[in-house]
Amino acid sequence: MVDSLHPTTEAALADAVAAASAEQVPLEVVAGGSKRGFGRPVQAARTLHIDGMTGITLYEPSELVISARAGTPVAEVERTLAAHGQRLPFEPADYRALLGTDKATPTIGGAVACNLSGPARIAAGALRDHLIGVRFVNGRGEVLRAGGRVMKNVTGYDLCKLLAGSFGTLGVLSEVTFKVLPQPESTATLVLRGLPDVAAMAAMARALGSPLDVTAAAHLPAWAASASGGATQSDQSATAMRLEGFEASVAYRSAELAALLVDFGTADTLDDKAGRAFWPAIRDVAPIARSTAGDADRAVWRISTKPTEGAALLRQIADRLPVRGFYDWGGGLVWLVVDDPQAEECGAGPIREAVATIGGHATLVRGSPAQRAAIPVFQPVAGPLAVVAARLKASFDPNRILNPGRMYSAV
Amino acid sequence: MDMPPLNPSILDRRDEIIAAMRAIVPGEGVIDTGEEMRVYETDGLTAYRQMPMAVVLPSTTDQVSRVLRYCHDNAVPVVARGAGTSLAGGALPLGDGIVLGIAKMNRVLDVDFANRTATVQPGVTNIGITRAVEHEGFFYAPDPSSQLACTIAGNVGMNSGGAHCLKYGVTSNNLLGLEMVLMNGDVVRLGGQHLDSPGYDLLGIVTGSEGMLGVVTEITVRILRAAEGARPVLMGFDSSVDAGACVAAIIASGIIPVALEFMDKPAIEATEGFSGAGYPMDVEALLIVEVEGSDQEIDDLLDRITAIARAHNPRHIRVSASEAESARIWKGRKSAFGAIGRISPDYYCMDGTIPTGALPDVLTKIGELSKAYGFRVANIFHAGDGNLHPLILYDANAPGELERAERMGADILKLCVDVGGCLTGEHGVGVEKRDLMTHQFTAGELDQQRRVKSAFDPAWLLNPAKVFPLTEDKPGVDGPTPDAAPPEGMTHG
Repeated sequence: MVDSLHPTTEAALADAVAAASAEQVPLEVVAGGSKRGFGRPVQAARTLHIDGMTGITLYEPSELVISARAGTPVAEVERTLAAHGQRLPFEPADYRALLGTDKATPTIGGAVACNLSGPARIAAGALRDHLIGVRFVNGRGEVLRAGGRVMKNVTGYDLCKLLAGSFGTLGVLSEVTFKVLPQPESTATLVLRGLPDVAAMAAMARALGSPLDVTAAAHLPAWAASASGGATQSDQSATAMRLEGFEASVAYRSAELAALLVDFGTADTLDDKAGRAFWPAIRDVAPIARSTAGDADRAVWRISTKPTEGAALLRQIADRLPVRGFYDWGGGLVWLVVDDPQAEECGAGPIREAVATIGGHATLVRGSPAQRAAIPVFQPVAGPLAVVAARLKASFDPNRILNPGRMYSAV
Repeated sequence: MDMPPLNPSILDRRDEIIAAMRAIVPGEGVIDTGEEMRVYETDGLTAYRQMPMAVVLPSTTDQVSRVLRYCHDNAVPVVARGAGTSLAGGALPLGDGIVLGIAKMNRVLDVDFANRTATVQPGVTNIGITRAVEHEGFFYAPDPSSQLACTIAGNVGMNSGGAHCLKYGVTSNNLLGLEMVLMNGDVVRLGGQHLDSPGYDLLGIVTGSEGMLGVVTEITVRILRAAEGARPVLMGFDSSVDAGACVAAIIASGIIPVALEFMDKPAIEATEGFSGAGYPMDVEALLIVEVEGSDQEIDDLLDRITAIARAHNPRHIRVSASEAESARIWKGRKSAFGAIGRISPDYYCMDGTIPTGALPDVLTKIGELSKAYGFRVANIFHAGDGNLHPLILYDANAPGELERAERMGADILKLCVDVGGCLTGEHGVGVEKRDLMTHQFTAGELDQQRRVKSAFDPAWLLNPAKVFPLTEDKPGVDGPTPDAAPPEGMTHG
């Protein structure tokens, strides 16, 4: 029998954690639950739900800063910002379709715990780059703050960075504060059709190395373009690049970018509406989610690598494993689905060997609980760094009660 | 400034320790005479001086590793040092420790334009990275004022910023990978040419840790393609309230300028007298707002900005009409510290951050402190990101003035914290603000940070007397000891 705890205040949250620490009872920390199947399964006697801790606590549009309690839906944060023409610059992903958690509500605390960033990562930075303050409860049940509400702050160690992407294993977030940015007045997405993967990597590198301020670059091989829905739906591959800003500036840079890429073909321009629909689909891994809607048992991997090597990496894996992939981050983020549900360890062997050769890291984002318990979900860590990670875990959560085993079985 | 008492058991072993260092770093790489060590006794915070036992200048990662291993095994404290430009005493030596200087490791190892990265040794200067890539139109974004001298390793240690952070972020936002040596000599790699490694963000926690968690020996940074051009507009206001409201209105309109600099009247007067930049002398507050892009984009953005400014009672608006004029406008701002040095025997540069909306209130209170302490203050402010640099003008040769200037500085920083800001925006805590940390953090919060230190360096041998108020006890951390075999559940999932 799993006990469920539902604190609605920070003090109640701290009490719940302190009690669990004193009794040495492990807690599974859950906010909206939309990414509960991401990471290793947690075996815990109590579930700590923080989706009752909601609300925007500070918003100063002219200072580009917003704070919200950790259980606040991402949609509410984005709505609040949009009312003042602003946005979260890192485009937090929504994995509900991919992970089959349609009824769950992604929260801002969950986004921080997973440090997930969308297509804008390459230009604007990751979630962790915009997280300027947190309030959290460590594994001792102490309410602590790190960072603050100002965007330039080097006072003491930057604990915000450690908490982002720590999957609730170091502390339970109670409030998070972000640096935000204005929404662009206008967006244009240029699309090249029919490029093979290797040429697409080169086209994206040229665009991103130009002074034109390209804010996203993705390549969908033919299978992914046909599964993408919307304006890029086609039986040809699609290589898409995004420009944002004031209208006249975007028009000027669109023309310059098309000219820069002319030897890769003639670029179409998606209109503002189609462009704005396209990038969330990339962010949310829609080509894979849609094309495997009836086959959710197929493993999905997320690989971060050197951008120019994205195509070589996918090629090397595809030589040994039935996979389909597509690229974000100018080639530096490879999403792939393993089309053989019987593949040994979800294909971890060939995938991690390719990563070891080419550089980067691979994460199993979708797999059954049994697979996620048996296969390293996150890239294994080398010797001395593993020791440091285990000691860091102990420094925050000495009794190992917070999401034990969610990232690595040892922490 | 209190430093920990010297440990006689280390001082007794001085000759033995220096001989061991010489065995690892041959030739001129070990310095132990007073005269030669003099340049290492202080950093940019020259009020504090301390001669170390010896200065060791390794040339390779392997030497760094062996030096640290020796010091680990023999309980010798180590202070890592780049160019020694810290304004917070971050590189102040310990009398019973060694200084480990990385300045000899100063080669650019790899520039990869297609992947937009540069990999360099730790002693390469900040400007050295830009110089290695500018022939292809690229640059390295963080630009601290000391960029001609400061090393990239020092930038990592202090998470350095600069005038262009609002748009491009600080060091941690532009860093992709590190090779680092832990205190026990283990060499580790964090990140690389790819983004966002899983596991705990060690790259993030090491950046800005003031040389207390490891010694960096190789750094991979993101390089950016420079915009086609950039141009500033200069605006003068009768009050800092109007100038502050103008800044807020520009940002609320959706424009993120590449730089947004504020100077108050004493700062304007000092810089204008020094540089002849053409600043208006009849205003209380000056803004320099710079935007970038193509000529057409710049014209468009400056039109929008000047239209906004006209609603906030400007006394002067001057859009730069030429590169020469832009250079003149920036010359004034960039020479501000030197200019202050000309009108006062000494100045003490503070570095708090405040919510930008609090600026008028904070300036009023700094004015009151200025009267109460009897020191003039000039204020320079990165107005977009809230980083405030009050310069306290004093005379170090007048008895008691340094101590009074320090007390006034502490009052200003406490004020920054009290209005919702922090003690330091880009200079770091070092020894300077160590004892103010209790004003910003609770005991529990400081203990958590100190436990992070213990997780990396249980014996507190790396730069031990910085950042935190001095205490005898070092918090213990359970878990495997640094030399233990790694837990299997990390290396295999």
